[in-house]
Amino acid sequence: MTAAFLVLSAFLASAVEMVEALTIVLAAGVSRGWRSSLIGVGAATLVLAVVVVALGPALTVIPIGALRLVVGALLLVFGLQWLRKAILRASGFKALHDEDAIFAAELAEAGSAERVERGGLDWYGFTLAFKGVLLEGLEVAFIVLTFGSTQGSIPLAAAGATAALVLVAGVGIAVRAPLARVPENTMKFTVGIMLTTFGIFWATEGAGAHWPGADTALLGVLAFVCATSALLVAHLRARKRRSLVAAPVQP
Amino acid sequence: MSRLRAFGRFWWNFVIGDDWLAAAGIALAIAATAALAAAGVAAWWMLPLGTVLVLYLSVRRATTN
Repeated sequence: MTAAFLVLSAFLASAVEMVEALTIVLAAGVSRGWRSSLIGVGAATLVLAVVVVALGPALTVIPIGALRLVVGALLLVFGLQWLRKAILRASGFKALHDEDAIFAAELAEAGSAERVERGGLDWYGFTLAFKGVLLEGLEVAFIVLTFGSTQGSIPLAAAGATAALVLVAGVGIAVRAPLARVPENTMKFTVGIMLTTFGIFWATEGAGAHWPGADTALLGVLAFVCATSALLVAHLRARKRRSLVAAPVQP
Repeated sequence: MSRLRAFGRFWWNFVIGDDWLAAAGIALAIAATAALAAAGVAAWWMLPLGTVLVLYLSVRRATTN
């Protein structure tokens, strides 16, 4: 059961981050040329691979109790960021993530930047693609490493991330446009719930407490996080409606 | 020095984000769980409740500011 959650979480989190990275790479490629941008993508992928290969085995030698405490705490803090933003978006307190708008903004900025050649590369295009893939990819690497090491299966988490990479890159190459129709906000909400659920589960075990029902308690934690998130969204939506009704109409 | 600071700021933003109080609240909830478990009391309920409380306070801060 936890293996299925592990692969699904790694897949969803990776897919969301890769859709965002794809938007940036597309903007860099279209406005600055594909050669520099794709070399930037390759360089960032290499750095990410080094991070995973270097840190993956190192994490597996840490005692499982300490690992679950540290990883659980990190995942919980990290996951709460995702969940909080998702709740604010779902309740209308924060703008929804819009890949088309982000692509247009990136395209305009990249198109107006001065051309500086270094080593035969358009430096802006290279840097934009490199940073985009590296920063979005670091979140994927973080999730793959933490989920994988705590469950004792980094390859399984990496498989979920690789499936997302193949899917997003394949669709991206096919449509050559930002993947605006991907239900990104819903996916972010789901990832926030899963990160928070795993964070609560592992940090509790790492702190020395025991779950009633052992691993099956994960389903209970998941249901609890889903229910409270839904209640929070409903509460905030109601508050938003009340504030709009109470707000004086401007002449 | 400025690169070191930028590196530190990047990791702070990456893990903690824009609400350090939420991270501090989670740290407190984990410490309370560990204290209860060490005292031999069933402590599995502490972190789910603590997390929801932290989340509620965090979104309330975000929506009232």
